[in-house]
Amino acid sequence: MLRRRSLADRELLVRALTDSWRKLNPVTLARNPVIFVVELGATLTTAILLHDLYSRPAWTQAMSFEAQVALWLWFTVLFANFAEAMAEARGKAQAESLRKSQSEIVAKRIATSGRMPSAPRKVELVSASSLRAGDLVVCAAGDVIPGDGDVVEGIATVDESMITGESAPVIRESGGDRSAVTGGTRVLSDEITIRILSNPGETFLDRMIALVEGAQRQKTPNEIALNMLIAGLTLIFLLAVATLPPFAIYSRRAMGAGLTPSVPVLISLLVCLIPTTIGGLLSAIGIAGMDRVMQHNVLATSGKAVEAAGDVDTLLLDKTGTITLGNRQAVEFIPVRGVSEAMLADTAQLASMADETPEGRSILMLAKARYGLRGREVSEAEMEFIPFSAYTRMSGVNLEGRQLRKGATDAVVEFVRRHGGSVDDELLERSRQIASQGGTPLAVCDGTRLLGLIHLKDIVKGGLRDRISKLRAMGVRSVMITGDNPLTAAAIAREAGLDDFLAQATPKDKLDYIRKEQAAGRLVAMAGDGTNDAPALAQADVGLAMNTGTMAAKEAGNMVDLDSNPTKLLEVVEIGKQLLITRGALTTFSIANDVAKYFAILPAMFAPIYPALAHLNIMRLHDPRSAVLAAVIFNALIIVALIPLALRGVRYRATGAASLLRRNLLFYGVGGLIAPFPGIWALDLLLRWLHWA
Amino acid sequence: MTHFLLLTAIYFVVLLGITKPLGSYMARLFSGQRTFLHPLLRPVERGVYRLTGVEEHAEQRWTEYTLALLAFSAAGFVCAFAIQLLQGHLPWNPMGFGTAHKPAGAIPVTPDLAFNSAISFVTNTNWQAYSGENTVSYFTQMTAFTVQNFVSAASGVAMAMVLIRGFARRESKTVGNFWVDLTRATVYLLLPLAFFAALLLASQGVIQNLRPSVVARTLEGSIQIIPQGPVASQEAIKMLGTNGGGFFNANSAHPFENPTPLSNFVEMLLIFSIPAGLTYTFGRDVGDTRQGWALFAAMSILFLVGAGVLFHYEQRGNPLLTQLGLQARAAPGQPGGNMEGKETRFGIADSALFATITTDASCGAVNAAHDSLTPLGGLVPLVNMELGEVVFGGVGAGLLGMLLFAILAVFIAGLMVGRTPEYLGKKIERREVQLAMIALIATAASMLVFTAVASVAQFRQGGYWNPPGAATANLTNGGPHGFTELLYAYSSTSENNGSAFAGLNADTPYYNFTTAGAMLIGRFAFLIPLLAVGGSLASKKRLAITSGTLPTSGPLFVGLLIGTILLVGALTFFPALSLGPVAEHYLMQAGHVF
Repeated sequence: MLRRRSLADRELLVRALTDSWRKLNPVTLARNPVIFVVELGATLTTAILLHDLYSRPAWTQAMSFEAQVALWLWFTVLFANFAEAMAEARGKAQAESLRKSQSEIVAKRIATSGRMPSAPRKVELVSASSLRAGDLVVCAAGDVIPGDGDVVEGIATVDESMITGESAPVIRESGGDRSAVTGGTRVLSDEITIRILSNPGETFLDRMIALVEGAQRQKTPNEIALNMLIAGLTLIFLLAVATLPPFAIYSRRAMGAGLTPSVPVLISLLVCLIPTTIGGLLSAIGIAGMDRVMQHNVLATSGKAVEAAGDVDTLLLDKTGTITLGNRQAVEFIPVRGVSEAMLADTAQLASMADETPEGRSILMLAKARYGLRGREVSEAEMEFIPFSAYTRMSGVNLEGRQLRKGATDAVVEFVRRHGGSVDDELLERSRQIASQGGTPLAVCDGTRLLGLIHLKDIVKGGLRDRISKLRAMGVRSVMITGDNPLTAAAIAREAGLDDFLAQATPKDKLDYIRKEQAAGRLVAMAGDGTNDAPALAQADVGLAMNTGTMAAKEAGNMVDLDSNPTKLLEVVEIGKQLLITRGALTTFSIANDVAKYFAILPAMFAPIYPALAHLNIMRLHDPRSAVLAAVIFNALIIVALIPLALRGVRYRATGAASLLRRNLLFYGVGGLIAPFPGIWALDLLLRWLHWA
Repeated sequence: MTHFLLLTAIYFVVLLGITKPLGSYMARLFSGQRTFLHPLLRPVERGVYRLTGVEEHAEQRWTEYTLALLAFSAAGFVCAFAIQLLQGHLPWNPMGFGTAHKPAGAIPVTPDLAFNSAISFVTNTNWQAYSGENTVSYFTQMTAFTVQNFVSAASGVAMAMVLIRGFARRESKTVGNFWVDLTRATVYLLLPLAFFAALLLASQGVIQNLRPSVVARTLEGSIQIIPQGPVASQEAIKMLGTNGGGFFNANSAHPFENPTPLSNFVEMLLIFSIPAGLTYTFGRDVGDTRQGWALFAAMSILFLVGAGVLFHYEQRGNPLLTQLGLQARAAPGQPGGNMEGKETRFGIADSALFATITTDASCGAVNAAHDSLTPLGGLVPLVNMELGEVVFGGVGAGLLGMLLFAILAVFIAGLMVGRTPEYLGKKIERREVQLAMIALIATAASMLVFTAVASVAQFRQGGYWNPPGAATANLTNGGPHGFTELLYAYSSTSENNGSAFAGLNADTPYYNFTTAGAMLIGRFAFLIPLLAVGGSLASKKRLAITSGTLPTSGPLFVGLLIGTILLVGALTFFPALSLGPVAEHYLMQAGHVF
């Protein structure tokens, strides 16, 4: 649902273009002090132009200059508005399509509200908007679930595609961690009773619409601080420019020559100096950051949460599902002396033919990968499958009089001994070794003959080790949480390259670990889904709840992953960092830009008083008017040029802070210092060529 | 050239050498540990507490601390103001200033002048609209001015400690005790150092007496009045406390204040000693001395570059004179370059280095006429002040200013490493940025607006406010040079430097009140926000440092810090400077001087 859209999507462009005009309203624009100052300057310049038009008989060169300055100042405001509108457009479009799915729903409310559970249920039809937290409703196949809640009775398959975009139905049942249902989703089969947990207007879907639309968008703490900085700089430059006329008056009198700079020129200088680039793009960067999180199908309750993700020092990752694939897999056949590996593989494959568990399937896959052993045509009549039971702790097949078994080492050993076979001590030792490394040994036998072992182990997700090491380079520690014993945990942690692990962890251990990290001054992020994760999710600075999880978990966290993939935590951290880097880079660029503009405008401005200041005109701009115009145009165009960067975020590299700083400082700082010189020079040349100035 | 390089090298090495011992001494002192002077001075300290009823172990919040500072400064102002006006009735006044027996040519202390001078010394500025030898008595010099030289410097150190503690403490509501910091800075730090420095200066010929001026008949038969006074005792603290108010009008160019190249060296060293030491104190208190050295390095680079530029333009001299055949290159027995306004016993190198140091710090003592520097040579002291005097800077105030820029640098660039900016484990958030911007805007506004108003203000000729008429009528030079004189005056007062470019007759009610206003803004509107930053930081948690944290001790950060200082400073003042020294430079190249 929260699908990606290209930046050049026509519908979005049209929407953004109209919105950028609407945003000219000074009441709303006043929230952005920098751009507001530009709008004031544009208005003033326009007023001066109109006054001149009215009072002067003919069109003068000065008026042509004023008109162009006014035009480009208005463009500057529009470009900044466009950046913001463009960032909002995607969210607005998504919100609209979500709202369509939120049509009026009829709920089947249970009138007794559970006061007497044994009493016959009386169901009344009410509007979903009249449901209150605590009400019980019944939903049968085909019904739309009227509000967020927990399943208290029954089990059903539910289509949640309108929320998650995932078309495969999910199972929702009472009790346990899969009891949460979301309003607006549809029951596909069976019937469930739901206790409603949210009041109208506060449902997950409502929140989601508000979030993607940006209605609830509040400035994040860092954004406010940055706004302070650029507002402060704006004030300083206002002082620097406003004091120039008195300075110029003194100089003019002292030198007995020259003119005081005109108001449009002063406004041009002011607009060029105040950080319009970052001022115009700041909110777009923030909105786009939230939007990027949403494109990963993660719903953040606030921009603050996304920002905090960039600050995270410690990631708590659940082992199962996050670090390892859900199940253990066979990785090695270890035959006893005298048995070839191929033979062991062959037997293991036969013994696993009927094993539908992931472990069993992984044995087949390993046999196929190593020895090209394909599943063979064996008629079922010839085979007698022995299913796994908790009692025997092994499974297998009886085939042509052979008793092929595989299972827990001690169970298989017991089976072999009972049938009169002997067991090699070396094999038992090997089995213990595997167990101590965190793996699971399975023994394989053919009747009385013990053939060898299969090594099952947790498989670390592909590429995870690499990502963990990148995070480490950025100063983020990754910690694994597992219910396994410390030995097993250590082995997996080593393999995945984790910094630490928390073995045999209870929910309380998790909470304590988070508190301990926070007390040491670290910010912690974690993912969780169960109700017992809720306290830890709430305590963590960034809590990513799984959409499949309970309502309590979703309420406690500050982000919800609609795909329920805990590995997303890594992406969220990266997006948070990228968001902050983009802000810093554009601020640095914006401030560094100013130097060149001084060299363009000051000599032009003071040329009538001090012609000798032409030495400062190092770009050799043609004349004062074209110099000022070139600077103003450059200032406006740079905003447009940087919109894609603001919306996509700067390129993110996972390296340490020192090298990241060096790179970005060189690129945006030094680059920002140099870039305007050729830019303004070229614009001046162009203006000359077009005879505009 | 060789002399300059050698002098600067020796100066820098000695400064480097005293930074660590002095810094650790201050770190111990202000954290309440015993120092080697405790056996001697602890009774004095306790005596002060008993006398004033100060609770030694009572900690203050930053607001209480600030109120104490303001109350103390107000009391100091009242004393200094009253003593000046009443000096005619007070002892140690052999010249009879303020009485009927005052010498001919004595300048009376008017209320506006007394107001200006009192503010000037309380704010550690030492802007002098009066001239010592023909305006004030020895009693005024010693009790009104020298006392403020000690305590305004001690207050400066105390304020620096607030911000240092802000970084060093975690989740603390308090930032120390102003009265205790003030007492310790005075008793253990300023008094002993000033005592020895005074003896050292006296050994070079700085005078110390209470005698009236000596009247001498010169060989030519004319009469020369040679002023006397308790100079050495004031001279030492004037340098050590980066006050800069000369006993005589000629300040450190006067042979009784600064007789030899050695006394000149000692005076230059005294200016930077405490500010340099404080960088080490800072590093030690935050638990990582490299952090302090990083600030020291940034300061050193700006200092050395400034000194180099100033020396370069002074040695190159005035091209118009060179065209007339004047040798600009130094030769044996011949300094070359621009010697106008410089003492021959110091020459170009010692004068250039002194001018850089006195404006890097907020000292403001001068051993040469800054008005006579070449345009770009004179640009250096002006820029030094306008950048906020963060190059070692005033006692305490310099470190505060440097930390302000560090906070801004970290905030802007810190984002580029993908985290909420933090400095030394303290998050730099809205409040810190807001306060830092207030401090920055206050001084920039003071410098620019006061200069702008003075550029155009008109007064009735012979009236009360400004008898010469227009505010610009007080200038003795025209063109861009006159503008520089104005800009320098308000830069110097707004940054609490106190050095005068000269060329501006500043003893009129208009200038006395406006420069006093600039001094008050420069001291309090600049420093109180930074005290608030200290209070805010102290209450924060200290975050763990990881490899994802912006490194703030390496060369990269030093470069970033310097870049931020130059960029913010240049962007604010470049237009004004282009109408002053820069225009004058190009006009001089074209054969036009003012």
